[in-house]
Amino acid sequence: MERIPILRMGKLLLVTIQVDMHDRLAMTLQDDLTSRIVKDKAKGVLIDISALDIVDSFIGRMISNTASMARILDAKTVVVGMQPAVAITLVELGLALDGVITALNVERGIQMLEQHSDQ
Amino acid sequence: MSFEVQDTKHAPLKTDEDVVKMRKLVREEMTAMGFGLVDQTKIITAASELARNTLRYGGGGDGEILRISNGIKIGVELRFIDQGPGIEDLELALTDGYTSGGGLGLGLSGSKRLADEFEIDTAPGQGTTVTIRKWKML
Repeated sequence: MERIPILRMGKLLLVTIQVDMHDRLAMTLQDDLTSRIVKDKAKGVLIDISALDIVDSFIGRMISNTASMARILDAKTVVVGMQPAVAITLVELGLALDGVITALNVERGIQMLEQHSDQ
Repeated sequence: MSFEVQDTKHAPLKTDEDVVKMRKLVREEMTAMGFGLVDQTKIITAASELARNTLRYGGGGDGEILRISNGIKIGVELRFIDQGPGIEDLELALTDGYTSGGGLGLGLSGSKRLADEFEIDTAPGQGTTVTIRKWKML
């Protein structure tokens, strides 16, 4: 089955979404990430969406839910690299991604997560 | 407003993968027509929402991508056609946050905001056709 790879870097999990995801693939990623947070005892999750041309309500919800599940599992999620056109569209669509922490790029995202995992 | 159709492309909407294919087709068409990135992103996102509705609530159907012109401007028209159960209470279905199927309830209302024009033709037992249009700024 098609899957999006999850990389481990110390206490962090890194995901770069590089394919145009269909809904089942998005759900698989959500399940895989929550399992890996527990298995790898991860303190942070970084989701890089810089290669995503669109984020619709389904993918937006998957990102929000993943962040909520991670929080319950004591891990912090940062979403990085959102394209400006995607941000404009998301807000107009009515999806503000409340509760999701974002950073402009991977470097800043990792900094935020490392501060959290050192605490 | 009257306009003529210059070209029509068909995209079946039967599986999750078909939704991805439709998004890709819309992007190709809008790029070829010279639409800007923000307009493309808005309409592809709307297409994704509406194609998913066709699949989830309409039991699958067909998408159409039309190149249109009103003599002054050109635009793109997308149609999402299903023979499903139809929508009983259209006003409710167009309300932000209302969902009959466990989604976020932003598909119809959000798509309406993302397009220039939005039309919906539905009746209980008669299926649903949603049409959106985006005109290109000159």
